[in-house]
Amino acid sequence: MHITVDMNLCESHGQCVFAAPDIFSFDDEDYLAYDAAPADALRDRAEKAAAVCPVRAITVSAGAS
Amino acid sequence: MRRPAPREIVVVGASLAGLRTAEALRAQGFTGSLTIVGAEPHLPYDRPPLSKQVLTAQPDPPGTALPLPAALDARWLLGRPAVGLDLTARTVLLSDGTRLPYDGLVLATGSAARGTPAALAVPPRGVLTLRGLDDALALRAALLPGRRLVVVGAGFLGGEVAAAARQRGLDVTLVEAAAQPLDRAIGSAAGTYVGDLHRAAGIDLRTRTTVTGFRAGANGHVTAVELTTGDTVRADVVLLALGSVPATGWLAGSGMAVDGGVHCDPYLRALRSDGSVVDGVVAAGDVARVPQPLADGARLTLGHWTNAVEQGAAAAATLLATGTPAPFTTVPSFWSDLHGARIRSVGLPAAADEARIVEHDLAGRHLEVAYHRRGRLVGALTIGRTARLAAYRTVLRDHSKPAQKPASAA
Repeated sequence: MHITVDMNLCESHGQCVFAAPDIFSFDDEDYLAYDAAPADALRDRAEKAAAVCPVRAITVSAGAS
Repeated sequence: MRRPAPREIVVVGASLAGLRTAEALRAQGFTGSLTIVGAEPHLPYDRPPLSKQVLTAQPDPPGTALPLPAALDARWLLGRPAVGLDLTARTVLLSDGTRLPYDGLVLATGSAARGTPAALAVPPRGVLTLRGLDDALALRAALLPGRRLVVVGAGFLGGEVAAAARQRGLDVTLVEAAAQPLDRAIGSAAGTYVGDLHRAAGIDLRTRTTVTGFRAGANGHVTAVELTTGDTVRADVVLLALGSVPATGWLAGSGMAVDGGVHCDPYLRALRSDGSVVDGVVAAGDVARVPQPLADGARLTLGHWTNAVEQGAAAAATLLATGTPAPFTTVPSFWSDLHGARIRSVGLPAAADEARIVEHDLAGRHLEVAYHRRGRLVGALTIGRTARLAAYRTVLRDHSKPAQKPASAA
């Protein structure tokens, strides 16, 4: 599984961090950090994170980790 | 509870909640017929940008269409609002006379802008409200640099429009009845902080003030707003941002409980006036009045983007459940963007009886407030500290679980 986040769209809503804290996190200045190649077991959570992103900045795709 | 899965589902409401419910129905395996009814002529679009980028972006407003999944396989009936519901015949009546039969029904008609008090005579031109895309484009066209805008109501919508207009170079007066903006929504400390942001941006914020009348020119266009303070503020454009009301008028006489929103049980199933469940009917989004564990189980509507998204998925699951569905227990959240400050919140600050300020730094654009109700955490709000919300949300998730049945009195 591969994750990309369009950081030009990200507005630090935090919904992805709530939905998938194993993949997404903030530093203390609210800048998003994420695991671009998480384990496939986290797929449901990754897709939930993409679905709840208010600015649709997250793309989840299959592929080599 | 055992009942057959529905084969013919009608979704009334073609905005975020309706679309996400429809998507979830398909994702959860529904293969029957799916009809989506919309009052507006537009396919689903996103509303948060309507009070932000749609007003400010140059040279053109951004697109707001929501992506439609290719596999949705829905029939769209747009531009004809639902006007009636017959629970016995199981049909929805549309404005053009069409009767749609259903065996599963989703109520997602959202909310409408609250109008002016009847005592106020509103000039025919130049006094606007903002709810839909067409409203936003009309407002955008009126927000020309150098013009004078009066916004009535300093809630989230009014505040965002005031900020957007200021960014566009208008003179902006923001009129608020309470002692500070957002007083009931986020408490007086955070509300005062927001008021300070408005004033620092050059907005003329008038609190503890309401409108007593409008003046108009011979052409019927507004020229000024009269206030309770005795002041008269000149205006080329007025936005009435007095809140919203759930769009339930079409359900009057249906036998359902719809005062202040469609009353729902914790599974998002609609209720009759006698409190019994209406089989096969669920609600989602702004129109749904749902028990909130963080408010001691009081039924509330929440006009939040995330609420529409999360209730959509839950309403679909309830509608397709052949056994007992899972209760909807998600922690609410909302946001607002004002003058570059990113306000982010989890839980229900409005349900609190105490706000504890953890950090307050106006110059540095940082704010952290924890909200309690009878000593228990019910919400949190930050500006520039979104990172800190996750920990609050973890606690709130525990507090959002359905209340344990009280032990019988000894």
